[in-house]
Amino acid sequence: MSKARVLSAGGAIPVLLGPAWAHARAFYDFQAPVTPIARDILFIHDLFLVIITALFLIGTGTLLYSVYAHRYRRNGIPATFTGPVGRKQWFWASFPFAVLLVLDYGVLGIPALHSILALANTSGSAMTVKVTGHQWNWQYEYPAYGIGFTSTLSTPQDQIADEAPKDKHFLLEVDHPLVLPTHEKIRIILASADVIHAFWVPAFGIKQDAVPGYLRQTWVEIDKPGTYRGQCAELCGVGHAFMPIVVRAVDQVAFNQWLSREQAVAAAQRAASGIAYTRGQLVTAGRKVFDAYCAACHQPNGLGLAGAFPPIAGGHPFAAAAPMIAALRARGFYRAGDIVVGPIANHIRIVLHGIPGTPMPSFASQLSAADIAAVITYERNDFGNHTGETVEPSQVLAIKTGH
Amino acid sequence: MSAIEHPADAPPSGITRWLYATNHKDIGKMYLVFGIAMFLVGGLLAELIRAELLTPTMRVLSPEAYNQVITVHGLVMVFGALMPITAGLANYLIPMMIGAPDMALPRLNNWGFWLLPPAALLLVMPWGLKLIGIGNGTLDTGWTMYAPLSIQSGPGADFAFIAVLLLGLSSTMASINIIVTILNQRAPGMTMLKVPVFVWSWLITALLLVAVFPALMAGVIMLIGDRHFGTHFFSAAGGGDPVLWEHIFWFFGHPEVYVLLLPSAGILPHILATFARKPIYGYKAQVYSFCVIGVLSIVVWAHHMFTSGMPPAANIYFMLSTMAISVPVAVLFFCWFGTVWRGAMTFETPMLFALGYIVLFGIGGLTGLVLSDAAADQQYHNTYFLVAHFHYALFGGPVMGVIAGIYYYLPKVTGRMYSETLGRWHFWLTLIAFNVTFIPQFLAGIAGMPRRIPDYALQFWHFNLVSSVGAFVLGASQLLLVYNIVRAMRGDGEQASGRVWEGARGLEFTLPSPPPFHTFTTPPVIE
Repeated sequence: MSKARVLSAGGAIPVLLGPAWAHARAFYDFQAPVTPIARDILFIHDLFLVIITALFLIGTGTLLYSVYAHRYRRNGIPATFTGPVGRKQWFWASFPFAVLLVLDYGVLGIPALHSILALANTSGSAMTVKVTGHQWNWQYEYPAYGIGFTSTLSTPQDQIADEAPKDKHFLLEVDHPLVLPTHEKIRIILASADVIHAFWVPAFGIKQDAVPGYLRQTWVEIDKPGTYRGQCAELCGVGHAFMPIVVRAVDQVAFNQWLSREQAVAAAQRAASGIAYTRGQLVTAGRKVFDAYCAACHQPNGLGLAGAFPPIAGGHPFAAAAPMIAALRARGFYRAGDIVVGPIANHIRIVLHGIPGTPMPSFASQLSAADIAAVITYERNDFGNHTGETVEPSQVLAIKTGH
Repeated sequence: MSAIEHPADAPPSGITRWLYATNHKDIGKMYLVFGIAMFLVGGLLAELIRAELLTPTMRVLSPEAYNQVITVHGLVMVFGALMPITAGLANYLIPMMIGAPDMALPRLNNWGFWLLPPAALLLVMPWGLKLIGIGNGTLDTGWTMYAPLSIQSGPGADFAFIAVLLLGLSSTMASINIIVTILNQRAPGMTMLKVPVFVWSWLITALLLVAVFPALMAGVIMLIGDRHFGTHFFSAAGGGDPVLWEHIFWFFGHPEVYVLLLPSAGILPHILATFARKPIYGYKAQVYSFCVIGVLSIVVWAHHMFTSGMPPAANIYFMLSTMAISVPVAVLFFCWFGTVWRGAMTFETPMLFALGYIVLFGIGGLTGLVLSDAAADQQYHNTYFLVAHFHYALFGGPVMGVIAGIYYYLPKVTGRMYSETLGRWHFWLTLIAFNVTFIPQFLAGIAGMPRRIPDYALQFWHFNLVSSVGAFVLGASQLLLVYNIVRAMRGDGEQASGRVWEGARGLEFTLPSPPPFHTFTTPPVIE
């Protein structure tokens, strides 16, 4: 390898690292980091880029030189050696591997060990947030404050269907972002209600799987207020691309104000379960709930997907695996090959508890009694169903609490 | 050592020649044709994926269909295309390279091949059934089949699981046959350290397959149990463990990467030596590297699971052991450089693909080193950075390698030279289009785009647009390979000599092109 090549590889280092130190996002850098872990990982990333770029240039440079210098027309008589001969050649043949070991376990290994241990240390946190992955939304709970809510994609269907211009945060906007205080170490506990999801916010440098049956944990300490966006990073079914994560980081004062507002909203919601609504109010509210929670499987038109997800619309034929058909028939929603609108009590139980053994999940923890009453009223009075019935939150609450 | 021909040696005619085939050359050819056909099917699915991702909107596929297409693309490329093509090269070449008359177990060989077409059919059949209104299509979980998503999946999943079981049986049988052949059928005087590098690479590959494929088959049977027979191996609700599936899958899945890689790394030194007109550099070092890679590949699997929530000690172990693989792989690179260094190189199509392999697989290997970092993997895991990495490692390496191998041995198999002009076009189009396809995917991943999504946020659009255009050119240029193969099979093109290439060495080049139906019925004399 020539001296000039060493110099040019060395010259690449400040060029590559400069922008990273300035915290601007270059095309080869991650989103601007706002946590200690994300900064560590960005440092490792830039270090890697320099090292692998240098190794690539050395390797490809050597190969291209050989292709140029040792081609038949220039070097008609090939050499015949088949390996290193003598101590000197063995030394130089071993030298690259010694360098590689130092790069692996020293230059790259030591920062990696440091970050792995830092990442695993969730102790000394000021607050815990529980994040639960659902097909296909995220549920956030603040156990110490008694509040929790579900965060669902809010990009309108017509933008996804390309019938309206897409806005700036297409597919990265939610109805209810996770709100976290800055400059506090926050422990994030991860769980899943159905399949494996992964909670990933690039600006925080964390990606942690949410595995059913386990509680996983990670942590963040955000040092800059702002809105940070991420996505689910483990294939979790048809809605995998449509369950973004939006985190709003605010200072401690704003966070406390937000907390008291949320606590007031939660109290009002509990009270709302006792109020009686008109059918019109319930249908309007129910349409929103349906689009956010049900349409991914049962489709916006309520016709479901053949063989997988039954239609909401009564009178439509449906065929699927035997356990699903048996479950639907037992609950009064299936007769002679067709979906029918079954009894209200069973309808409420299906939404509340799901149907075990089928993809239908339980919504008891995600939706309030008022939401469930609204969506059921909507389902029974739209999609060609004309039952004229109204389901009140008190009915849902009665079944939920077993009265 | 010349082949003795008499009427009984002539191949049977008609369809029975292929259905009842026990001749290693016929079975090898069937593997190759099947593999290349599946390469086109998998490629077509890749084009569907890229068409969907051309712009940020869903025009081509529904999310459900998209998940099925990425799943079948992965399964077809790994099990349907690459493994059969490398197995075809093994069947055709190994007996000739070691001076054996045929494979040790010819009937097993026949069975192993004929399990493949039904397996491929099972993978795509659910789409056909969907067209007539039965079920909702094929498996939609990605080729990793992570539970409990794969337990929840529609009836297409069962078809795919049975297909995986058939593929497992097929490669286990083929592997046993290859191991037995290499260990028992070598010509007198061919000691293990005189066996060609390609044969060594397949010995390690076959040992790996026999060691790890049963784990996947057992896992798939457990999945079928969870779906239909009330077991709860992987479902948390019944006390099962979804992470157990990840361990079982990657215990198979990581060695599988080397199963794809090693045969192409074995064929590379032959091609480099031929066109550099030099003996292979570091023969023993390469053989020992294959052995070390084989052993290490079995003990690093959970580096695919750095975000699954393993304790830090496990993350550190899997990171450090993964980094260790860089040493034997670097030895291979060193030997490839040593083989061409101070040679007298000419650049026929096989040599171009071999040199392209070194550069592209180099990128795959170096980015693999990046991904071995358990902390930084928080950012890379399941992003397009990862997608780009494994396409450099699997297309840049094995696919480029088997294409080099196909061009290298096509004149030997058919007796006809391919079109050198078209071969060069094929190489340059592939090299350029491949990089245009996958360099933007590295950048999309770094910018924060997760993999396996049918629709994406606006900031990822330009990366995807460029990548899709590259993919369309990449796909179309593979038709040049198909044309070259068909042309040679039809008997067009110059007659190839027995030696084919000026610098070629090895027993297979002592035979005429194409070689007679039966070869080395009398063992050749070695040195």
